[in-house]
This record gives sequence, structure tokens and C-alpha cells, in this order.
Amino acid sequence: MQPFTIHTGRAVPLRRANIDTDQIIPASYLKRITRTGFADGLFAAWRQDPDFVLNRPVHAGASILVAGPNFGPGSSRQHAVWALLDAGFRVVLSSRFADIFLGNAASGGLLAAQLDQAEIEQLWDLVEGAPRDEVVVDLVACQVRAGGWHAGFEIDPYTRWRLLEGLDDIDLTLQHSEAIGDYERTRAGWLPRVAAKPD
Amino acid sequence: MGRTLAEKIWDAHVVRSAPGEPDLIYIDMHLVHEVTSAQAFDGLRESGRRVRRPDLTLATEDHNVPTDTVTWPIADPVSRAQVEALRHNCAEFGIRLHPMGTAEQGIVHVIGPQLGLSQPGLTIVCGDSHTSTHGAFGAIAFGIGTSEVEHVLAAQTLPVRRPATMAITVSGRLPADVAAKDLIIAVIARVGPNGAQGYVIEYRGDAIRALSMEARMTVCNMSIEAGARAGLIAPDETTYAYLHGRPYAPAGADWDAALAHWRTLRTDLDAVFDREVVLDASRLSPYVTWGTNPGQAVPLSGVVPDPDRIADPVERAAAENALKYMDLLPGTPLRGITVDTVFLGSCTNGRIEDLRAAAAVLTGRRVADGVRMLVVPGSTQVRHQAEAEGLDAVFVAAGAEWRHAGCSMCLAMNPDRLLPGQRSASTSNRNFEGRQGPGGRTHLVSPAVAAATAVAGHLAAPADLA
Ligand code: SF4
Repeated sequence: MQPFTIHTGRAVPLRRANIDTDQIIPASYLKRITRTGFADGLFAAWRQDPDFVLNRPVHAGASILVAGPNFGPGSSRQHAVWALLDAGFRVVLSSRFADIFLGNAASGGLLAAQLDQAEIEQLWDLVEGAPRDEVVVDLVACQVRAGGWHAGFEIDPYTRWRLLEGLDDIDLTLQHSEAIGDYERTRAGWLPRVAAKPD
Repeated sequence: MGRTLAEKIWDAHVVRSAPGEPDLIYIDMHLVHEVTSAQAFDGLRESGRRVRRPDLTLATEDHNVPTDTVTWPIADPVSRAQVEALRHNCAEFGIRLHPMGTAEQGIVHVIGPQLGLSQPGLTIVCGDSHTSTHGAFGAIAFGIGTSEVEHVLAAQTLPVRRPATMAITVSGRLPADVAAKDLIIAVIARVGPNGAQGYVIEYRGDAIRALSMEARMTVCNMSIEAGARAGLIAPDETTYAYLHGRPYAPAGADWDAALAHWRTLRTDLDAVFDREVVLDASRLSPYVTWGTNPGQAVPLSGVVPDPDRIADPVERAAAENALKYMDLLPGTPLRGITVDTVFLGSCTNGRIEDLRAAAAVLTGRRVADGVRMLVVPGSTQVRHQAEAEGLDAVFVAAGAEWRHAGCSMCLAMNPDRLLPGQRSASTSNRNFEGRQGPGGRTHLVSPAVAAATAVAGHLAAPADLA
């Protein structure tokens, strides 16, 4: 995974709360068996409205999504993260994220950073006033900067470290294979085991 | 200080903990389906890894399968490719798979319990958010994304932050016409769609203890709709009786050993929850949703709320958007809302008791003209059981469609879906915009309300029928 340190790009304000993963990418777009190619599904229903904020030419090429509270509840589909990445997003800012989305974002290398709702609203106003100005999202300093404005953000310290280093979770865990084996030897014999697959 | 049930199970699964890092916890059971696994298996192949414990992994085909026929191949080539990929991956990595058309196939959260694989004290994961269903057995069960699926396949563990604990105590007795579904919708309406975020919920109290295992599954299933990481119920005699004799339940001396352990799985009297919510069951009535998240719900006897009366500006805007999408006006009585589609099924309400509840209402009645009712059992075994009890005949005589097992109209991924502008009463778990088909509108209801609605043509409870 590519390390994430400081990202500079244009932002797009999405003034909605409770943006669930069925909105981020509807189920009919989940049939691919690759990790890419999901950009066309991103906000597919809302994009049919020519006035939808992501359709406005002024926001073309934006890479920072500034969303309302409770972003990403619902289905566990990681396709939501893949769709955002495929469409060029590297950062989502919200005052609150659903748990599974946060895990998926971290695994996919998408930064999901939490700001206060008041700061999200300030940023919405700033971006709407000057949509072409660049916004800096600094994971080293845990700070978002836009012109003279700035705000600190919260992120799980372990997730931050993994993103900064670009580390793969599975590699990290497999360093503890011995501990996993030790644990396995303590498991009770009656715990369920699936019968071998029929040949 | 004492520990909660969730803390006990968690502690028993910590493989490694280090300051500042998430705990590495062991996973006892990993359930797999076709939609969220293909990229995980690809990742294994790319990195040359194997599946660490195929014997703790079980796969099924559910999200994509058509339910009008189970003849292979699936007509939709993209759905077919996804199911084919699962078959290929399971064969290559030595994982047992229950394919469509076979006796053990069904929705992943229906077959785990049915096989006796979902047991007290386990950690259970699946690349699906409704994995919380298995918490009904007193297990910590939660949904994960595809990268985490790959992680569990490779290492049978997951790094996870220890969740906070929440008690939802439902005291008193549920009135006879109130189902587990009404109870959980009322809970979500109370807590809010993200009110339990970061928590594992333990459902407690007399009303919970009185529920059957299937009703407990309905409750735990929708924990995620309150944002919770998981939801669970301490095991008791109801749990043991359900498990005894199931294919994967322990037997003989193993049963005694397991039972002795299961009896320790309860929250200590002096344990402290991080948050507590109390509800009185006796005051509940059938609940239905009016909006586009499961927390936007009121009693069936109520009216569509007025966004102007919602103080919180964010929630007010959400309600305005929802009413626009649902094409509803504030003040409309819920009973005045007509539907054209009724869906009975899903991992929330696709079990035999759900079908029985609906069939009891439909016996001797007809689905209203202009209403299409789909009855989709949660598993092939549920289908067979229903047929043995003659329920299929009741549904067909009433004019409903009797289908094969699958996720069906719970999500718009297979041929069963709403057309733009259609409105359903659905026993599934999500009323998100477009969840049942682009432009479709969903009201979440219990099986009895679904059946009564099908007969009346508008949202209704069985007591409303002549
Ligand atoms: S029935 Fe619905 S919620 Fe349950 S697993 Fe299938 S798609 Fe998911």
C-alpha cells in the first residue's frame, strides 16, 4: 500500500447526513470480482440528477469529500471505498463514520478523518465560496488547512501509523503466527469445526 | 469489578494485546458468501498465502441467486460469474460450500444457526453487516469488509479495538400482537441510526428472555441498524434447547463440557456497562418505518412526522430528504399509505416462525388486487419445512408467490427488485434509498404486518382486517 502523508487537492461539499453504503454504491454495481472499476457506481442514483454536487463541473477532479455526519453506515461492502478511490478520492471528512466503513477505508488506503460538525460546516462554506482552491489534509500533523483556515482532526493512532507507513495489516498479523498457534492449542476440543468439503 | 458477557467473550479470544494497538482476536467461525469474497481470495493468491483454517470456514450462495428457479446456470452473466468465482475459490482453497439448489443452501445468517454452527461464546465474522444475527446465541458476531475477509482467511484472527458495551434492557411483556421486529425497530427509533456506534449491545430483561431463538435472531440482526458493532443475548435454556441435536452442535460428553462453559456466559451482577437504555415492552405496538433509515420509524397507529418539529438541523434535513424520496406528506396516517409490493423474507424475517406468523394472517384471505407479494424462505431447509407444514399452500391460495431461498428483494442485486416509484412493505432490514431497486420505496414491517398489509393494500396490522 502507498504511504499516506500529506494530500493536497480540491474538495467537494456533500451536505447530507447518514450517507449509507447503498448510496455510495448501489448493490447492482457490486458484481465485479476485481478491486477496481467501481467508479461508475459511485453515488450512481444521485448522479442522475444533473444538479448533484459531484456533477458540477467546478468540482471535477476533486479528491477530498466533505460529508455530513454518520458517513458510511449499512452494508459492509468495501466496494464503497473502492468506488471512492476509483473516482479519485483520497480523503473523506465527516464528523462521524460508521465502524465498518472506517475499517474498510483504512485497509484500502483511503483517509477517513473526523472533524467537529462545526468545522465541517465552516469547510463547506469555504469550499462553496472558493471551489477551486486547494485544501491540504496533513496526516503527519492531523490537520486540515484551507487558505488561512485550519482544524485538527481525529483518527485512531494505530490506523494513522499504518497509513503513514503504508503497512499491510496481514503482514503485521502474520508476524505473530507463533502466538496464533499457541492460542489455537488452548482451544477446547468441542468447538465447532466444519466438516471437510466433499470431494 | 465484574465483567459483562461481551467482555468475557472478548477476553477469552485475545491472542495478543499491546498498548496503543488494537487487540488481535481469534475468530472461531468465518462465514463466506459470493459478494464480498472474490477479491479476498485473489489477494491470497497474489501473496501466495493459504487459508489457515478451512475447518473454521463455511461458504454459501445467497445474494445473487434468483429465487424463481434454482436451475444452474444463473441467467445474468455477471451474477453467474460471481457465483462461479466463489465455487472456484472454495474448491481451490478447500472450503466447504453449500451451492444453490442444495438442501443446506440459504442466506448465510440463516444457515449458520440452522446447522448449529452459531454457538454461545464464539467469535463469528462474515463479510456482511448482518452477521450480528448470530449474537442471539451469546456470541460476538460482526460484519467485516473484504480486506478483513482476506485477513481472517489468512490468519484466522483480526486486529480490532475493544468495543464499548451498551445494555438495552427490555422489561415487561410484549403484547400479543407485537413481534420481535416491532421491538427492534422501536429500539432503533429510540437509539437512532448511529446511536450505538462503537458499542456491542447486550439485550437483556424479561421481554428478551421470553423470546424464542428465532425472535432473538431478528432482534440481534438489526443491531447494525443502530450502528452497533454487534448485539448479543446471554444464552439460556432456550438457546441450549435450540442447539441440541443440530448437525454441528456438540454431542455426548462434548455437549456436557460445552454446556458447563456456556452456563458461565453471563454478565456479572456488579459489571458496569458504558451505556444503558431501558424500554418497557408492554407499551410497544407494531412499528413501521416512514423514512429512509431504520431509525425513522413510528407506531403503525401514528402519522408521518413533520420535519419542522425536529429540533436538530441535521436530522431535520435528513427527514426532509426522506419525505421527498418517499413521496409522503407530514401528518399522513401510516395506515393510509398504500403499497404495491409486499416482501416476506431476508435474514431478518425469513425463518419458519416468520412464515408461520404471516401464513396465520393469510389463511382464508386474499392478497389485495394490484399487490404483489413475494414469500422467500431464508434457506432451502426453511422452504422444505414450510412445505411440510402446508404453509406454501396458504401463500399460493392467497395469491402470493412462493419462492426459493435467497436474499431476494432485500437488496437489488438479483432479479427480484422494485421498479422506480414502487412502494413496498418489507420484512427486511434496510429502507435506504434504492435498497430494493433504484427509485423503490420501502417500509420496514414485521411478518404479521406484512401479511395484513398485503390483504388490505395499505399498511395494516392483522387486527385491522375484517
Ligand atoms: S437477506 Fe439482506 S441483509 Fe441479509 S444477508 Fe441477504 S442481503 Fe444482507
